[in-house]
Amino acid sequence: MIFDYPTLKLIWWLLVGVLLIGFAIMDGHDMGVGTLLPFVGRNDEERRVIINTVGPHWDGNQVWFITGGGAIFAAWPLVYATAFSGFYWAMLAVLWALFFRPVGFDYRSKIHHAGWRRTWDWGLFVGGAVPPLIFGVAFGNLLQGVPFHFDANLVPYYTGSFFGLLNPFALLTGVVGSAMLTFHGAIYLAHRTEGEIQRRALRAALIFGVLMLAGFSAAGLWLAYGDFGYVLVTAPDPAALPNPLTKSAVHAAGAWLANYGRQPATLALPALAYAGGLAALALAARRRTLAAFVASALALTGVIGTAGVSMFPFVLPSSTVPGASLTVWDAVSSQRTLSIMFWATLIFMPLIIAYTGWAYRVMAGKVTAAYIREHEHSAY
Amino acid sequence: MVTDQLVDLSRLQFAATAMYHFLFVPLTLGMVWLLVIMESAYVMTGKPVYKDMTRFWGKLFGINFALGVTTGITLEFQFGTNWAYYSHYVGDVFGAPLAIEGLMAFFLESTFIGLFFFGWDRLSRRQHLLVTLLMAVGTNLSALWILIANGWMQHPVGAEFSYETMRMELTDFWAVVFNPVAQGKFVHTVSAGYVTGAMFVLSVSAYYLLRRRDVEFAKRSFRIAAAFGFASICSVIVLGDESGYALGEAQQTKLAAIEAMWETEPAPASFNLIALPNDAAMRNDFALHVPWLMGLIGTRSVDKTLPGLKEILARNRERVVSGTEAVKLLDALRRSPDDAALRSRFAAVQGDLGFGLLLRKYVADVNDATPALIDQAARDTLPRVAPLFWTFRAMVGLGFAMLVLFGLALWHSVRGDFARRPGLLKWALWFLPAPWIACEMGWFVAEYGRQPWTIYGVLPTHLSVSTLTVESLYGSLAGFVGFYTVLLVVELYLMVKFARQGPGSLGTGRYANEAHPAALPA
Ligand code: HDD
Ligand code: HEM
Ligand code: HEM
Repeated sequence: MIFDYPTLKLIWWLLVGVLLIGFAIMDGHDMGVGTLLPFVGRNDEERRVIINTVGPHWDGNQVWFITGGGAIFAAWPLVYATAFSGFYWAMLAVLWALFFRPVGFDYRSKIHHAGWRRTWDWGLFVGGAVPPLIFGVAFGNLLQGVPFHFDANLVPYYTGSFFGLLNPFALLTGVVGSAMLTFHGAIYLAHRTEGEIQRRALRAALIFGVLMLAGFSAAGLWLAYGDFGYVLVTAPDPAALPNPLTKSAVHAAGAWLANYGRQPATLALPALAYAGGLAALALAARRRTLAAFVASALALTGVIGTAGVSMFPFVLPSSTVPGASLTVWDAVSSQRTLSIMFWATLIFMPLIIAYTGWAYRVMAGKVTAAYIREHEHSAY
Repeated sequence: MVTDQLVDLSRLQFAATAMYHFLFVPLTLGMVWLLVIMESAYVMTGKPVYKDMTRFWGKLFGINFALGVTTGITLEFQFGTNWAYYSHYVGDVFGAPLAIEGLMAFFLESTFIGLFFFGWDRLSRRQHLLVTLLMAVGTNLSALWILIANGWMQHPVGAEFSYETMRMELTDFWAVVFNPVAQGKFVHTVSAGYVTGAMFVLSVSAYYLLRRRDVEFAKRSFRIAAAFGFASICSVIVLGDESGYALGEAQQTKLAAIEAMWETEPAPASFNLIALPNDAAMRNDFALHVPWLMGLIGTRSVDKTLPGLKEILARNRERVVSGTEAVKLLDALRRSPDDAALRSRFAAVQGDLGFGLLLRKYVADVNDATPALIDQAARDTLPRVAPLFWTFRAMVGLGFAMLVLFGLALWHSVRGDFARRPGLLKWALWFLPAPWIACEMGWFVAEYGRQPWTIYGVLPTHLSVSTLTVESLYGSLAGFVGFYTVLLVVELYLMVKFARQGPGSLGTGRYANEAHPAALPA
């Protein structure tokens, strides 16, 4: 253990961010492709081309999501417990939408029947479109605070309802989430296809890229002028054993933008969202699709990073009992667990990135109609 | 409000979704090694039939794998959605193996399964074999880490309760990893998976042989499955015995219940081959004994005794009494955490805290516990005997029946005459469900036998749930039943369709049934 407890807590805030961003970049692009599938692919062969651009990779990409969940469980057990049980129906909606992906990809082309294939195409659409929307909505609610508290034994109680999650601000952030991943997916699709499909994908990229930037700006203005934010009154001691019942916090309008004043360097994150988004649009217009993909990945990093930094050190603010809010300092695991998990991540993450990169290299190149015909029995 | 109904529905949902997940898991675990063996034969001999075998069985493997992934995500979510207090109480220990499983195993298996299916003409033979091998290693590592997590629930080592954070905290990671119960579980469970994979290939090959089609393909597959299956079933039985021994050390309650052993017998205890357990009267209405056997299985000795359920009950009652004290001291400590005297009194009884928490099912404040309630809480620590007794015997019985089957299959594979033995082939065909039934029975024994605890001796099940409404639980349960029924129908339809069509579905031009799939009889 070479890190002290406060440093480890901070490292884990960063690592959870890295995992979320990794999820958005990797699983995000295949979800975006799934969202576009029924619209960009006009006939069965075109749809098979689209599906096969992500066919070999979607499963590995999805593990970013699974591991993100596991890492939150291990590093922030109270966040995992409170958020997953509180957002019960939203989590189930994500889960049930995800059900359509493994079977959609694997089973769709195993049967020659138009109705069967069309059904799974819409299944893949649901599996691609619903999770980003709900994650966006969830972020919108985190920024507003969520109604929950604990009893003396730290049993979490959630007092809101599912429909309470669907408020106007959260719907706006939901649109940002959707648009962002569809944008990213459209660029990926353009990179792996040619001709008509590529042309349509590029058009989708333009629409969703603009929508993402507009939504992001609107959400930013709303945060600045709306009634958002929490501040700590008595801050938890970063070095102390975690106990979310000992601090106090209050609602304070405008508080979410205060971190940028304290640490001006963090302004780089919203700047990255704009720069990445605009660069991705410009590069896509010139068909420099690979560079555009890197730029849209940077844009995602900027958007997610902006949400994280605005709330720091809050992770899950409580709107009903602000003192019970979960923060980076008091929702975490023990120093030993954080340290072990840190080393595990440090060892395995580079390996994962290396072999995922290799897998993409092996499968590189355009997916074409000719490829589908040649692999009639084995392609998705 | 946490009501009994909420707890029961949460348990039902976990049991149903976990048992459903385990319909797909064992086939993945076993088939993947058969693919490695078949592909190795291809790389060594260069014969295309081995490549076709890898690809055809791989296709069926893929159909199964898709649902393995789908249903696994449910379980990963469910700890948070439905077992929120559990997640808080043990996340410090239990979350780590789950997260490591993602990093170390899921990424590996899921990345390489893509290359397994799509990389045939982009990789050299050796590279492709390496891909298959890494996928196999990934699936097995995933089993290792999840069973380390599950083993810790059965036998919570390397952790200690902290009154400051109100949860279990990790004290020794390596003790959790090398937990003997987890290691025993791992080898028994993966071997059970290997048996399942072997039985699947054996049965489907027997079907082709009975129909006399694709004979060369089916004979080769049958032989490989027979050899792999025989080795695996031996390992299941030997390591099942190992599990029994580990239980003798770690969970004497479960062992005594499995054996319907009410009294502590002089060593070595006898084994009840058949019994009619009577929970209310705490005795067997009828029993057929085999002398000595139980003592040998449970203690590997002739002179150590195994406690019967009555003795365990008496012991647990003491622990509930001491646990009541622990709960009271904990409440006091939470109010004045700096009181050193309280701390040392708590440390003395802390080990029984979980037993005191059992009372929370009946009273919010343990000061209100009457002797009758203490009796009741102690009685709760004994699982119902008959279900455990019989499911355990079903698993063991199927195990020995499969031992004979794989033994004969191997014997006739060596002699080379199995294709002319319709009796053996039919047995192999009809025994297809056997390993699945045995696996589900095994999990029932392990998990139901752990009741009333989620973490054995530490955290009672009824405290572990999320504070949801009963309506939410009915809603989600209905959703799972609906989705899972449709998914199962779709999966079985495809599985049966491609298994019937056989290697002709690859479209290589070398096999029967090469016609367009739509033209086949359903
Ligand atoms: C003994 C083995 C075993 C056991 C007890 C479990 N699993 Fe499992 N799981 C596997 C063995 C496995 C596997 C062999 O690795 C799977 C099954 C088929 C497959 O596709 O991978 C898998 C898939 C799988 C996936 C999808 C992974 C992917 O995308 O590759 C998740 C998230 C889980 N499981 C999670 C769980 C959880 C939370 C469990 C406990 C409650 C659990 N599994 C029990
Ligand atoms: C996939 C194989 C598994 C099967 C078939 C299985 C089966 C079951 C069954 C039958 C129950 C209900 C027991 C009862 O309430 O009477 C249960 C409960 C539970 N199991 Fe498992 N289990 C499996 C794996 C696991 C693993 C690997 C874990 C943890 C890592 C786990 C954690 C739990 C939990 C938290 C509960 C709910 C609490 C309880 O009822 O004790 N299970 N499981
Ligand atoms: C023939 C002798 C067998 C013996 C003595 C045996 C013994 C055991 C024991 C004692 C357990 C409970 C472990 C616990 O509660 O922690 C168990 C569980 C289990 N058994 Fe068996 N078993 C045998 C055969 C089989 C067969 C043939 C299969 C499947 C093909 C199987 C699959 C399982 C599974 C999946 C579990 C649950 C996981 C676990 O707890 O290890 N067993 N077995």
